[in-house]
Amino acid sequence: MSTVAVIDYGMGNLHSIAKALQHADTSVNVQISADAHVIQAADRVVFPGVGAMRDCMQALQALKLVDVIKNVAQDKPFLGICLGMQALLTDSEENGGIACLNLFPGHVRHFAEPLFDELDHSLKVPHMGWNRVRQKPHPLWQDIAQDSRFYFVHSYYAIPDSEQDSIASSAYPQPFTCALAKNNVFAVQFHPEKSQTVGLQLLQNFLRWDGAA
Amino acid sequence: MSLAKRIIPCLDVDNGRVVKGVQFVDIRDAGDPVEIARRYDQEGADEITFLDITATHHNRDTIVHVVEEVASEVFIPLTVGGGIRTLEDIRTMLNAGADKVGINSAAVFNPEFVKQAADKFGSQCIVVAIDAKKVSQPGEENRWEIFTHGGRKPTGINAVEWAIKMKDFGAGEILLTSMDRDGTKSGFDLALTRAISEAVSIPVIASGGVGNLDHLADGIIEGKADAVLAASIFHFAEYTIEQAKLHMQSRGIEVRL
Repeated sequence: MSTVAVIDYGMGNLHSIAKALQHADTSVNVQISADAHVIQAADRVVFPGVGAMRDCMQALQALKLVDVIKNVAQDKPFLGICLGMQALLTDSEENGGIACLNLFPGHVRHFAEPLFDELDHSLKVPHMGWNRVRQKPHPLWQDIAQDSRFYFVHSYYAIPDSEQDSIASSAYPQPFTCALAKNNVFAVQFHPEKSQTVGLQLLQNFLRWDGAA
Repeated sequence: MSLAKRIIPCLDVDNGRVVKGVQFVDIRDAGDPVEIARRYDQEGADEITFLDITATHHNRDTIVHVVEEVASEVFIPLTVGGGIRTLEDIRTMLNAGADKVGINSAAVFNPEFVKQAADKFGSQCIVVAIDAKKVSQPGEENRWEIFTHGGRKPTGINAVEWAIKMKDFGAGEILLTSMDRDGTKSGFDLALTRAISEAVSIPVIASGGVGNLDHLADGIIEGKADAVLAASIFHFAEYTIEQAKLHMQSRGIEVRL
């Protein structure tokens, strides 16, 4: 039986993601864990997260998970979600500036305010709700229509140094990178576990992915 | 810009059944919450909100089971409100599968609770629910006040100032209900919705008074709300969520179809 470890470092509610993975593929063994052995032994790893970056990095350090994550991200199919995507960049300007895992060179910035939409209403931060996702070719987008809407909730967004690392974009109102990919690592700013059929499809694609781009 | 405005059906749950009252009295039975949530998901609801209206009197087990059951098959954001008073209440709801909790009276009695909750679980899951009533007289400048206990008890707190304070305390979103309109089917209090939405930088969900599909569109266009919440027009199958979205789209509003 194939196993997927959902990294539990105390940042947010992991039940949604575990339930969605199980629903996407009933044959997979989903393990929510902070144990390095469990994470290293899994076939695939999901790195979720909500909340503040300072707490995220402190929790990873306290649980000695920094090297574990860097290690499994070398070769296993790896999916970062929301804060778990942002933590993969070099640093974030949240909490006065926080060094992150640097798997994707680049920075995490706050949405500039004020923003306005086409009705000239001010745009709210967090960016919350269903927004279109413009894909670039990747196996994890299989059977998901171009410009499908996914559910977002975030106030910060990633700016990768290399355009090559960006595998999808959204707009609020300016375009921003909402998914990153490199080798066996894929990461998304939105919440596939809360994005109904398209989200479940993405999770199913991940659970069948061998990590090859 | 392509962020869709959201439609959020609300299920008022009393002892495991969905009910809807007019201004919190005259409760009508509308069915099984799990079945209804499943239908709304299929019709394209952007989120679902459960309001546990008996929570202050009875134990919470019923609503926890409803959320657990819905969360295992419906993969859109779920919010639970009603009787959320402690960090433990929030944890229980998140563990059951809720993505956000609505905090109402507890915020009024102890605003610091909102701060603690946002610190502990993140602003993204803290929705502060505001029940407001117009207290200004005709001819005076509009003024709304916060009411508790299902709209029966005035607090003397100015609604616009309260919304700003709740944002500063870490609320990720405001669920704004006009107690004058709730259950009346006469439309949102648009002046109230607009006043709050323009005063805070976080999303505002308009609630209270929807009787037809134009009311939903008005809440977005004139009320400047980011999302609209309605209960009875969907429960009693007057309209489907999809019809509501098509209508909003016809009025120039971006929706998820």
